[in-house]
Amino acid sequence: MKKNSALKTQDSAFIDIDYVSKLANLPLSNKEKALFEKQLKDILNYIAKLNEINTDGVEPIAHIVDLANITRDDGTSPSLSQEDALKNAPKIYNGFFEVDAIFEEQ
Amino acid sequence: MKNILDLTIRETSDLLSSKQIKAQELAQAFLERARGLNKKLNSFITICDDAAFDQAKKLDELIANGQKLNPLAGIPVGIKDIFSTKGIKTTAGSKVLENYIPVYDATSVDRLKDAGVSIAGKTNLDAWAHGSSGENSDFGATSNPYDLSRVPGGSSSGSAVSVASGSSLAAMGTDTGGSIRLPASFCNVVGIKPTYGRVSRYGVIAMASSLDCIGHFTKTVYDNALVLNVTAGEDSFDSTCVPKKPDNYTTKIEKGVKNLKIGIPKEYFEKLDRKIKQLILEAVKKLEKLGANIDNISLPHTEYGVATYYIIQPSEVSSNLARYDGVRFGRTREQFGPEAKRRIILGTYTLSSGYYDEYYLKAMKVRRLIRNDFIKAFQKVDVIICPVSPTLPFKLGGKVNNPLQMYLADIFTVTANLAGVPSLAVPCGFIDGLPVGMQIVGPDFSESILYRVGYAYEQGTKWYEHKPEII
Repeated sequence: MKKNSALKTQDSAFIDIDYVSKLANLPLSNKEKALFEKQLKDILNYIAKLNEINTDGVEPIAHIVDLANITRDDGTSPSLSQEDALKNAPKIYNGFFEVDAIFEEQ
Repeated sequence: MKNILDLTIRETSDLLSSKQIKAQELAQAFLERARGLNKKLNSFITICDDAAFDQAKKLDELIANGQKLNPLAGIPVGIKDIFSTKGIKTTAGSKVLENYIPVYDATSVDRLKDAGVSIAGKTNLDAWAHGSSGENSDFGATSNPYDLSRVPGGSSSGSAVSVASGSSLAAMGTDTGGSIRLPASFCNVVGIKPTYGRVSRYGVIAMASSLDCIGHFTKTVYDNALVLNVTAGEDSFDSTCVPKKPDNYTTKIEKGVKNLKIGIPKEYFEKLDRKIKQLILEAVKKLEKLGANIDNISLPHTEYGVATYYIIQPSEVSSNLARYDGVRFGRTREQFGPEAKRRIILGTYTLSSGYYDEYYLKAMKVRRLIRNDFIKAFQKVDVIICPVSPTLPFKLGGKVNNPLQMYLADIFTVTANLAGVPSLAVPCGFIDGLPVGMQIVGPDFSESILYRVGYAYEQGTKWYEHKPEII
């Protein structure tokens, strides 16, 4: 029943935590990295159960209750005011969200 | 007359409209109890005295003027703190949003307000709805009112407890993998996970968008149907919300179960705890006596539910939580708790280049097979009855260091989310003083039938009258 693109099990199940935390923009402490590495390995090994199922020719599911496209008239309607939209922002500048510089050296 | 805190929504509504009690008295009584019990139970993150009183006052004026009102008018409702509530802090149980005050209401909240409910407060939850015990809240765990040393089930922990402890008459929750049905079962209350797309998700902080369902808790099945009458239906703000017109869920609720076909799926009972199995089969027998036909069925992919769910759900979680960057609202990403971080890492990994086909795509194929199991079963039977939880409510702290064990608490509930079908959790008795619930699962949009079955069963048992000693 095994498929060619089998899920990794046992020792082959490994998450490069440094790489993935960078992708997720999620800073982790060394302690968290060590803990997650172990816990996620257990979870990946459990998930590998799915290797037992032959899914050849099975169409992956999209919307679960087979909903087709939903469209509406492209009209305007009242929405949040600029003031409301900025109400929870930690830093604003002249009616905009203020962010740290991305491209410049700090 | 009964104590007003012991009434159902149906009874309370009758007393309000016949002017035997006032909405302000009701609000007062419920807020006092909520405040009094919150130190022990921690079921509310925010209690909304002012808003509840203002609403009650308005309502008393309307009633005095002879206005005809929705049965939910004046009813104290708890709202899981993951629903956006205009002007009321909404934390999702996480420090990331501890200072976030939404500027708009979720569609379901908006509809409840239109029906005249009085919002009792925002209820505690596992942060971002990640958890099966309520212990992942950054604002402290909630306790089970039937045994304070045990978990109430999660993630809609505070909502279930607020209803079970008589601090509200209904409470809103979300169910992505069992987050309504598990706490309903652990706390002796009725909980519905409607069909995917039956109730709008707009304004509810998203966990896993292809699985998230908006539902609620009440003491009785009839009360539960009254709430769905208000929340169900199309919403132009949520394109996954199904345009199909909702039923009136109370009109046929007393129709009984005569000649209804009930399926018992063998996979859910094979290794089940002996005592839990016995209680659920007793409930099935009661329904058989009321005229239902019982049939054995099979849902062969059941054992793959949790594995499939723990690919799809963290993948979608990692995407949904990407928006929390502390720029527009809330705090920065360091503030996420350990469970959210674990899921972000797992989901980012399973979606990352080179792994997508192996994990997400494979899971979406198995998901189809799981849905096909249900479609096939419903060609033979009208509803399926199975357990909610493989165990009784467990001890606080019992599973916190073992995420995989915690995930397996959802083994009997994730399948309905993966298949999209509706499921009603109904109390079916106690073991050693701890509540046990069963699921009544039906085909897409069969909520009316689920309520009929639940109602028929409840008339002979009335487990909701077994209140926790704490109140």
